[in-house]
Amino acid sequence: MKRTLASAIIASHSGESAKEGDICNVKVDFAFANDITAPPAIKALKEMGASRVFDPKRCAVLPDHFTPNKDIASAQQVKLSRVFAKEQGMLYWEVGRVGVEHAFLPEQGQILPGEIVLGADSHTCTGGALGAFATGMGSTDLAAAWALGETWLRVPPTIKVNFEGTPPPWIVGKDLILALLGIVGTQGARYQAFEFHGAAVKALTMDDRFTISNMAVEGGAKAGIFVPDETMLKYAKERAVRPFNPVYPDEGANYARKVDIDTSVLKPLVAAPSSPANARPAEECSDVKIDQVFIGSCTNGRLTDIEMAAKVLKGRSVHDDVRLIVIPASYEVYNAALERGHIATFVKAGAVVCTPSCGPCLGGHLGILAEGEVCVSTSNRNFVGRMGHPKSALYLAGPLVAAASAVTGRVTDPREVLSSDELQSLKG
Amino acid sequence: MSEKLRGRAWVYGNDVDTDVIIPARYLVTSDPEELGRHCMEDLDSEFIKKMKPGDVVVGGENFGCGSSREHAPLALKSAGVSCVIAASFARIFFRNAINVGLPIFESSEAVNGISAGDEVEVDPSTGIIRNLSKGETYRATSYPPFLQHLIEVGGLVPYVRERLKEKEV
Repeated sequence: MKRTLASAIIASHSGESAKEGDICNVKVDFAFANDITAPPAIKALKEMGASRVFDPKRCAVLPDHFTPNKDIASAQQVKLSRVFAKEQGMLYWEVGRVGVEHAFLPEQGQILPGEIVLGADSHTCTGGALGAFATGMGSTDLAAAWALGETWLRVPPTIKVNFEGTPPPWIVGKDLILALLGIVGTQGARYQAFEFHGAAVKALTMDDRFTISNMAVEGGAKAGIFVPDETMLKYAKERAVRPFNPVYPDEGANYARKVDIDTSVLKPLVAAPSSPANARPAEECSDVKIDQVFIGSCTNGRLTDIEMAAKVLKGRSVHDDVRLIVIPASYEVYNAALERGHIATFVKAGAVVCTPSCGPCLGGHLGILAEGEVCVSTSNRNFVGRMGHPKSALYLAGPLVAAASAVTGRVTDPREVLSSDELQSLKG
Repeated sequence: MSEKLRGRAWVYGNDVDTDVIIPARYLVTSDPEELGRHCMEDLDSEFIKKMKPGDVVVGGENFGCGSSREHAPLALKSAGVSCVIAASFARIFFRNAINVGLPIFESSEAVNGISAGDEVEVDPSTGIIRNLSKGETYRATSYPPFLQHLIEVGGLVPYVRERLKEKEV
């Protein structure tokens, strides 16, 4: 049987044949929750009668959503999570060291090629950038994995995505995934997995790959997986906290569908309100005035993203009518941005820089929108009310479109703001 | 799951996401009653004021897409929704609904046939959906055997409890 990457990873963790559609019981390599999803998981774990998690070094809680604690209720949730994690001897990182979970855990070498990773957060699929079958679940499923070190998975059919061609320097990972979502829609990959291939993939940075895998769930997919290559294995080996075995798809595996995208002709994109699949060229939305720009999140808060935004803002100012909020997704990113002078660039330009947190992405805190306000955000969802008032609106975009929009005060293609020399020097 | 579920239908479209089922600003608690009070608030502010216990939520494709928050099926259940009927469910919501005991039924014909306000009765043991207002009957897709087993033993929590006992022995 020729296997897709998803099927091959599930087979390696179940000892079963793992044909598409089969329900398999699989061993879980790593399982984590955050400050919102941990409290119900802890409750469920107790109801299950489990006194210990299956392996405290493979179970983690990350306080990243409403942190630094935004109010008494969120402080209580974080405290409950922290006390539990310490009692269990689980992995827990305090505010000031922790990052947004899907940016932070790969940096810590906790998500590795060939693994099965569960998170009580839908964007757990970000781990697919490391060749892991990483998928989001609810708190009770996560509790079951904490208790047993196992879960059940239905082996998904796979959509093979070929990113072909050489993208111009101003095209980033976000443009690739928004283009894909524009083709498959919000449920075109429901109960399926994406597997990413193609000439353009080889040149993608890990940061771009994380952005792409992160938004697989916006197409309904349970996973969005890259095939291990030199770039991925170098990243993983430098950080791994445990041994790992990369898994590869078979030549000639059977794919449910193939989608080809020529990246050489892509334009900088946005996803217009209120669907991540509502892709259109940024230049076609240039009359949309904005009130806020958010650069950060588990989608685009990594060093490459921060660096791209800083290149746009260097020597420029945030528009008088715009609030620019920049949140590096981890302290590794924050410290590197500090050392390279990017934080100074943002502050001089008139931006707000906050400590690593999910922040406004899910309407938590640090930049909530009022009625009628419009925001360009590098995050992953633009659902109704996602960042605040139900009558606010979100345009999702990559860091270049976001930074260019902050300068002009309206949705802007970076090619409108940057000189041709600046455009050519965006990569490398 | 043998008792029949009955109530008026609240009909919504495709892609009803978890952010509108329960906005994140209320996720500072996982108390079901508090979550129930804000159920569907950003999609239909009248819903929670006018719905009655037993009412049925009907969605199109991809119901429950978005976040993994188990708070979403909990909010629906706590608000008094007896079940959700949709053409299809997003996968995390599907698992969560089973895990928290919110009955869900997949049936495109029911979604096409039911109008807002119709009186609907569902037999969970057979998956037969009756539209009492229109005199129509629809059939829901049956669960795979593993999931049927999970539901029969009372859900994931009792299932894991049993598995843990087996492991001890």
